[in-house]
Amino acid sequence: MNFSRRVLLKIAGITLIGAGVRPALEALGAGESPKTLASPNRLAGKRWAMAIHTQKCPAGCRECIDACHREHNVPDFGNPKDEVKWIWNEPFKDVFPGQEHRYIDERLKEKPVLVLCNHCDNPPCVRVCPTQATFKRQEDGIVMMDYHRCIGCRFCIAGCPYGARSMNFRDPRPFIKKINFQFPTRTKGVVEKCNFCEERLARGLMPACVEACKEKALVFGDLENPASDIRKLLQAQLTLRRRPELGTKPQVYYII
Amino acid sequence: MFDPGKVLPGLVIFLILLTFPFWYGKGRTAPPALPVDTPEIQKLSVKKCIEPTPFMKASHMELLNKWRDAVVRDGNHLYANHEGKKFSMSLSQTCLGCHSNKEKFCDACHNYSGVKPNCWSCHVVPQEGRT
Amino acid sequence: MLEKALIGDRKYWTWVGFLILLIGMGGFYYLRQLDYGLGITGMSRNVSWALYIAQFTFLVGVAASAVMLVLPYYLHNYKAFGKITILGEFLAVASVFMCVTFIIVDLGQPARAFNMILYPSPSSILFWDMIVLSGYLLLNVAIGWTVLASEKKSIPPPKWVKPLIYLSIPWAISIHTVTAFIYAGLPGRSFWLTAVMAPRFLGSAFASGPALLILLCFILRKFTRFDAGKEAIQALAKIVTYALIASIFFVLMEIFTVFYSQVPEHMQHFQYLFVGLHGHYALVPWMWAAVILAAIALMLLINPRTRQNEVLLAVACAAVFASLWIEKGLGLVVTGFIPSPLEKITEYYPTGPEVAITVGVWALGLLILTVLYKIAIEVKVEIEE
Repeated sequence: MNFSRRVLLKIAGITLIGAGVRPALEALGAGESPKTLASPNRLAGKRWAMAIHTQKCPAGCRECIDACHREHNVPDFGNPKDEVKWIWNEPFKDVFPGQEHRYIDERLKEKPVLVLCNHCDNPPCVRVCPTQATFKRQEDGIVMMDYHRCIGCRFCIAGCPYGARSMNFRDPRPFIKKINFQFPTRTKGVVEKCNFCEERLARGLMPACVEACKEKALVFGDLENPASDIRKLLQAQLTLRRRPELGTKPQVYYII
Repeated sequence: MFDPGKVLPGLVIFLILLTFPFWYGKGRTAPPALPVDTPEIQKLSVKKCIEPTPFMKASHMELLNKWRDAVVRDGNHLYANHEGKKFSMSLSQTCLGCHSNKEKFCDACHNYSGVKPNCWSCHVVPQEGRT
Repeated sequence: MLEKALIGDRKYWTWVGFLILLIGMGGFYYLRQLDYGLGITGMSRNVSWALYIAQFTFLVGVAASAVMLVLPYYLHNYKAFGKITILGEFLAVASVFMCVTFIIVDLGQPARAFNMILYPSPSSILFWDMIVLSGYLLLNVAIGWTVLASEKKSIPPPKWVKPLIYLSIPWAISIHTVTAFIYAGLPGRSFWLTAVMAPRFLGSAFASGPALLILLCFILRKFTRFDAGKEAIQALAKIVTYALIASIFFVLMEIFTVFYSQVPEHMQHFQYLFVGLHGHYALVPWMWAAVILAAIALMLLINPRTRQNEVLLAVACAAVFASLWIEKGLGLVVTGFIPSPLEKITEYYPTGPEVAITVGVWALGLLILTVLYKIAIEVKVEIEE
C-alpha cells in the first residue's frame, strides 16, 4: 500500500478538526436566550451587616440559633468532632481574647456572645478558595458558598480567623431533625457557613435569626444606606469587631 | 506487516464490541412512559412546563445548570422563559412542585438511560402530593 | 526500559508484593472513606487538616531535595554526583506523586477536583501549588527518563534536556516555597503566620531529602550491584549537616521571637508543643523525641570522624528523617489549629482507617520509587559492563 503513516495522521487530524466545526458554529450562533432576573420584592442593600446587642441576650436563650439551623437544615451530629454550626454562643473571653483582664467581672468573662460568619469585606476565605466555590457578592457584600463547586479542600477553614466554617465530615441528611423542604441540605465533603439568609433577603424577609430574636438584640441592615438602623447605631455607639487588626474588615459589630 | 487473515477479522470483532451498547438493547426495552398527570399538574389551568417539552427533554440539565449559577452565583431567583412568563428557579419547589412523582417521572427515565444525577443528595424532594 | 522492572530476584518480588498488599489495604479503606466521609479520620471541626496534608507537606520537601544533586552536578560540574542525579530525580517523581495522591485522598469531594482547572483561581495558593507540582513532576519525568535512555544508548542526551534541567533548579525551590505560602499567608493562624516558614521548609527539605537519599544509596549498595561511591555519599552527608544546622537555627529563631515578645497568641502554640497547654499535651512527647533525634543526628554529623563512619552516618540520616518527619509531618500542620480561633483546644489522634490509607499512599510512592530505581540501576550497571 502506498499510504504512509504520516499521510494517515494528516488525514485523521483534519477529520477531527472538521468534526469540531459544527459544534463550534452552533455554540457561536446560539440565538436569543431567556433571561434570569432578580426577584422584584427582594431586600436591596449594597453592604449588608449585623449589629448584636450582647446585653439583650437572655441566659441560655437559643431562639436565633434554633431558627437558623431549622431554616437551613443544619445537621446535629451530636458530637463536637463532626459538629456543624452556622451561629452559636461562645464566652466573651474567647470571642475577644485579649480584652479580658484579671479585674473584669467574672460574669462578663463567661458571658455568652453570639458568633457567626462575619461576611468580611476583605475575606481571607475567598482569597484562598481554589475553585471560587466561596466568593464575595459584589452587589451586597455577602460571602456566599456554592455547594456545587466546593471540592472540600478546607483551605477556607484554615483561612478563616473566626472559626466560622464547618466541614461536613459525614453525610448530614440522617442528622437533620426536621427537614425544611423550602431549602436544600448539603452533602458530605463540602464546607458550609452562615449565608446572611440571602434566600430570605431575595423574598423580602429579614434573616431568620434577626426575626426569631424576641429581645430584638440583632440589628441587620445596609451600611451603605445612611438612613438604615444599623448605620445610625454604629454612629451612635462604639462597637467591637472580632480581631480587627487582621485587616479582614468583618461586618458583624458587637455592642458589649 | 499486513496479515489480512488476522487484521480483518480483528477489525470486525473490534467494531462489534465498540458498537455493542448501541445494538444490544434494541427492541428489548422501550423508553418508559412518563406520567404527567400529577394532582398539581391537573390543578393547572394551562398545562405547560417552563419551556416546550422537546427542549426540556433534550436540555433540562443545561437549564438546571444555568439556574444553579444564576441563583447561587448571581443572586437572581427569577426565570423569564421564551414567552416572558416568570418562574422561581428552584428544582425542589418549581420543577418538583408540578412533577411531584419523582420516581415515576425523573427516576424512571434516568434509570432507563443509566444516568445518576447527584442533585438529590442536597436538593430535598417535597413530601406533599408525592405519588 | 520499563521491562527492566519486570525482572528481579526473590527479594525484589517479595518487596513489591508487600507494597502491593499495603496499597490494597489502603485502597480498601479509601473506599470506606469515600462512603462514610472524611469523618472516618481523626479530623474535626477545629483540626480540619491533619495526617494527609502533613504527609503532603513533608513529601514536597523530599521532592525538592533533588535540586541538591542537580545543582552541584549540572551547574558546577561536581562529577561525583553524576552517577546519582537520576536517583534524586526519580525520588522527586515518586515524592510528587505521593503529594498529589495525599491531596486527592484529603478532598471531601475528589470527583470535583477538576474544578480547580475549570475555574482557575490565581488568588489561591493551592492553584499555584497544583501548577508547580504538576510542572515539577513532568520536568523530572522528562529529564530523568531522557537522560537515562541516552546513557543506555551511550549517546549524549538531546539538546533540549539542558534548559529543562536548568529550569528544574529554581522550580524545585518554588515547589516548596509555594507550599510554605499555603500556610504563611493565613492571617488567622498565628503559628503559621511567619516569614520564616518558607526558609524553614527549605532547610528541613534539604536535610530530610538528601538524608533519605543516603539511606537509599546504602540500601542499593547492599541489595544490588550499584555503588554510589564514597565521595558522593560524603558530599551528600555534608549537605545534610548544613541543612540540619539551618533547620535547627530557624526553629530557635521562632522560639526566640515568640517567647521574648511574650505575645500570648504566638506563645500558645509553642507551649502546646513543648510543655503542653491547659492540660493538653498529646504532641509533647513527639516533639521532644524529635529534639533528641535532631541532637543525636547533629552530633554524629558535625564530627567528621563519625560522619565518615557509614554505620553511624546511616543512624544519623535515619534520625534526621524521623526528626523532621515528626516536626513537619506532625507538629507543623496540627499545631496550627491548636488552639482554635475561639481559643478551644481540640487534640487530634489519627484513626485506623486514616493510618491505613496513609500507609497505602506511602506504599504506592515506594512502589513507583522501586520500579524507577530498578530501571535506573539496571541501566547504570549495564553500561558499566
